[in-house]
Amino acid sequence: MTAPPASTRPDGDVAIHAEDVRQTFGDVIALDGLDLAVPTGTVFGLLGPNGAGKTTLVRILATLLRPTSGRASVLGHDVVDAPLPVRRRIGLAGQLASVDEELTGRENLEMVGQLYRLSPAQARLRSDEVLERFSLQDAADRRVATYSGGMRRRLDLGASLTGRPPVLLLDEPTTGLDPRTRQELWDEVDELRREGTTVLLTTQYLEEADRLAQRIAVVDHGRVAAEGTAAELKATIGQDVLVVRLAQSEHTAAAADALAPLGSTEPVVDGAAGEVRLPVADPAISADAVRALDALGLRIASIELQRPSLDDVFLSLTGRLPDAPAATDPEVDPS
Amino acid sequence: MTTTLEAPALDTADLAPGERSRLTLGETVTDSRVMAHRQLRKILRRPTYAIFALVQPVMFLLLFRYVFGGAINTGGTDYVDFLMPGIMVQSAVFGALMTGMGLAEDIGAGVVDRLRSLPMARSAVMLGRTAADMVMNTATLLVMFVAGLAVGFRPHGSVLDLVLALLLVLGFAYTFSWISGFIGLALRDIETVSSAGLIWVFPLTMLSSAFVPADSMPGPVGAFADVNPITLAVDATRALTLGQGDALGPALGTIAWLVALLAVFVPLATRAFKRA
Repeated sequence: MTAPPASTRPDGDVAIHAEDVRQTFGDVIALDGLDLAVPTGTVFGLLGPNGAGKTTLVRILATLLRPTSGRASVLGHDVVDAPLPVRRRIGLAGQLASVDEELTGRENLEMVGQLYRLSPAQARLRSDEVLERFSLQDAADRRVATYSGGMRRRLDLGASLTGRPPVLLLDEPTTGLDPRTRQELWDEVDELRREGTTVLLTTQYLEEADRLAQRIAVVDHGRVAAEGTAAELKATIGQDVLVVRLAQSEHTAAAADALAPLGSTEPVVDGAAGEVRLPVADPAISADAVRALDALGLRIASIELQRPSLDDVFLSLTGRLPDAPAATDPEVDPS
Repeated sequence: MTTTLEAPALDTADLAPGERSRLTLGETVTDSRVMAHRQLRKILRRPTYAIFALVQPVMFLLLFRYVFGGAINTGGTDYVDFLMPGIMVQSAVFGALMTGMGLAEDIGAGVVDRLRSLPMARSAVMLGRTAADMVMNTATLLVMFVAGLAVGFRPHGSVLDLVLALLLVLGFAYTFSWISGFIGLALRDIETVSSAGLIWVFPLTMLSSAFVPADSMPGPVGAFADVNPITLAVDATRALTLGQGDALGPALGTIAWLVALLAVFVPLATRAFKRA
């Protein structure tokens, strides 16, 4: 079977749609009325801290979990009413889905291919293609238990692509990967987008969302706090950020107090790095900042004016950095 | 009071030409075969796993044959002839525990999540797995049988009787695979599942006629043993291998138990898989 044609969609723009999706596990609210529309053919980043509800949303879209209320659809097929058509159109990879340790790479791919309804012969051909694409030919007939973490992750992504799904759900695909493997995976996601695949990617890494995604939704406490392109999100802050690094990190708090009156919002302090980040309305304030710190005898290692980063967007929306854990952790599967 | 709310209008799409919203029976069979194939491969890749599954019942056989057997009064029957049917049913039940542990392992490894996201028949995971576990159980049973012959067991029934006895034991193993599968899918954690398995299986096999005559047990224990499906299965198997006594009564009783248990646990396991 080939992937269902794109022409079956009446709405050519939205591949993944979520409307007021709520998910509760007992007292814990994992998703709290989340709305989302992912344009077809784009990489869409779902950015948020642990426990924001990202994985819960992916589980709902992959038909693994029924939402408590609200609706979600993939290419126009409702995840609750039409789970089978949804499953024919998605691939799932990342932290959620996995491959079989005792089988070889090829056996894993052939099995998944057959379960995507390819004939055994088609599944064999498709496995060869996937193995080649992910540079796993040499390891094809070795048991996955002997693979490195990076090879396993490549195979995992490959397995989710054996059915050529038009929509790919990637749940924190690069968590725990070394920089080189992460780069390879990023290249692969770029390539998939060029081929027209819609990718929903969850991540805690701002850099990853910035690098890969055409649109980003910042998710916090089970809802979308802001959504747009990286540039749009940065523009919501609308201001430059003064980044001051202190020569002695123990002076960070004192410096933040001294700088606070100059900023347009509260400064953000990274004590360990000895860094204070301060959104400023007027770039000329840099000079005032230097004078203020100098008056207190606080030595400056570096001072620069930056365009706002996604970090700043995230901080201004959620009050914390994305890799900091949320107060509760509703993403733990309670069932 | 009923309130019907109009669902919010989402973009909806028709199925692709020729696409069905349900899988056919043939597709379910194909998927079950794929899953059974995977499971058998995994068993063969883990020789230690297979060896333990074979060695454990043989150890029980030797233990009861040479250690406890001399002290157990089975009337006129040789203890080894009395014991073999009991050991065979016991190893079928113990073998069934593998189903639940394997499923819990798959859940932990994320394999179940991947399978549930694929356009496959969801029932195929349990159907394929229980079928593969049957192959393993058949192998165990044959090894047991040969080991029994080596330590003096002599069946006295006809070949047909023997085949019927083996089929009964395999049916028992199959049914208990579903029970164990349900427990595995419901409890999810492999450590919990393996301890939980012993808790229900151990008393069930011991409080039966598998190793000692049930009529030697005191009142309530004996009463439990009398209705225990393991007693019924062992009594039927014993009558068939000894070639004496009533096989039909306990065999029908066993089959009634198995049908009832499957009627309960197939839907339960299927539902648990959908929520796993």
